Amino acid sequence: MAILVYAEHDNAELKKATLNTVTAATQMGGDVHVLVAGSGCKPVAEQAAKVAGVSKVICVDSPAYEYQLAENVSLLVKDLAGDYSHIVAPATTNGKNFMPRVAALLDVSMITDIMQVIDANTFERPIYAGNALATVKTSEDKVLVTVRTTAFDAAAAEGGSAEIQELDNAQDAGKSSFVGEELAKSDRPELTSAEIVVSGGRALANGENFTKYIEPLADKLGAAIGASRAAVDAGYVPNDMQVGQTGKIVAPSLYIAAGISGAIQHLAGMKDSKVIVAINNDPEAPIATVADYFLEADLFDALPELTSKL
Amino acid sequence: MKALVAVKRVIDYNVKVRVKADNSGVDLSNTKMSINPFCEIAVEEAVRLKEAGVVDEIIVASIGPKEAQEQIRAALALGADRGILVQTDDKAYPLQVAKILKGIAEQEGTDIILLGKQAIDDDNNQTGQMLAALMGIGQGTFASEVKVEGDKVNVTREIDGGLQTVALPLPAVITTDLRLNEPRYAKLPNIMKAKKKPLDEKTPADFGVDMASKQEIVKVTPPAERSAGVKVGSVDELIDKLKNEAKVL
Repeated sequence: MAILVYAEHDNAELKKATLNTVTAATQMGGDVHVLVAGSGCKPVAEQAAKVAGVSKVICVDSPAYEYQLAENVSLLVKDLAGDYSHIVAPATTNGKNFMPRVAALLDVSMITDIMQVIDANTFERPIYAGNALATVKTSEDKVLVTVRTTAFDAAAAEGGSAEIQELDNAQDAGKSSFVGEELAKSDRPELTSAEIVVSGGRALANGENFTKYIEPLADKLGAAIGASRAAVDAGYVPNDMQVGQTGKIVAPSLYIAAGISGAIQHLAGMKDSKVIVAINNDPEAPIATVADYFLEADLFDALPELTSKL
Repeated sequence: MKALVAVKRVIDYNVKVRVKADNSGVDLSNTKMSINPFCEIAVEEAVRLKEAGVVDEIIVASIGPKEAQEQIRAALALGADRGILVQTDDKAYPLQVAKILKGIAEQEGTDIILLGKQAIDDDNNQTGQMLAALMGIGQGTFASEVKVEGDKVNVTREIDGGLQTVALPLPAVITTDLRLNEPRYAKLPNIMKAKKKPLDEKTPADFGVDMASKQEIVKVTPPAERSAGVKVGSVDELIDKLKNEAKVL
């Protein structure tokens, strides 16, 4: 049986999360098909067809899928499910939104946020904010999982030559409608796929200090900017920058935590980073337990010095 | 209109969990248990909707062991009107919980159903979506703002790139994100009053739900520990280590 991968995209560009998900799907064994559901999304289907390891791309282009509303997308995926043993989506807010809905429509259980494929029916996933790893086995006829993208390498974006099949079975469930959106603008790399992340916490004291101390360092390193929940709740930065159990999960080569104490919930979002640097004036801060390099210093002195010396 | 709020009894979020030596699970003996933080936000939102005159009655439901009635009482002390405990000692997986909640919602005729976006023990983030699917109604997941207008609700959702607002006809399912509200503390007189509020006890069988899941947890292990780090004395030393030792710059 084949495996269906749901593509993450914005109707113009295939998101990198899809490439990580294709790698996870490949490890389950079987032909990998990618579903591109969107509006005016043909360029995305063409990009998906070039991804190494993909044998077929199904493109459903309809206004019903423009904003990927879960009510509509889940009906489409359920209808396609008959041909597949596995349905796999990235554990993005989008994947987490519609996949459980598909599972319930098919009356099967599902598995969230897998970090490792042990075999076609057995997966490892984090529980308790990443403080424990559960090996979960499913005996459902259809295996539905979402994939923690930072736990899998990205499949090569070039090299494949899959056929594109256009389908015309769009469905509007009529249970929801799009009203508006407010997307944060940023020229920096995307947080979840950045090689380097510089994060600030409550100790930054205000939003201006993020601009003054964190941004120059991030720009020098070509890094994405993250934040702790405390910094987001205090309104220093928007919530899509939050790293942690309830925010984004990142695993960059280098994670610099400035003025972040390191609560369990924050560590859950970054402790798989290759190298962790903490800059904190409190040597007892829990972040010290995961940091490879701990600089005990006032961040208002250390960050400008670090920026100028790099 | 009636609101249904689902609450889960979980390990308190401040407790550092320990994996059992036999890898069968996490050691929950003698640990502090609480309402899942996201569920608390759901209760708070229901109470605010009641205070705004949108909701007339709040029913709070929990599926779990007998002790889960403590969490229902806590929700009653925050302002919910009555509780339903669906008692089971089996592990409650999201699909089974969603089926039971559907039974309650249909029995009670609730218009707005509030859940947390995820429970901090299993970190599944599935139950609300599954419930909406089973009931064939709309879902507003990861809500940071909820506005009921007549027979529909506008939900602002936290998505990866920012915020998205959707309109859903009622009845609808809403799952709460952290920034939806700041839950209040229960006052002592309200805790006393909560003891007198009605709490019905049911079983999964009352809703025709079999708790058996085709999913099983084979083993639970602690995550790999990071090797101990080093303290650096200066920015220069830090840069040197990152360049020459860790080789990440």
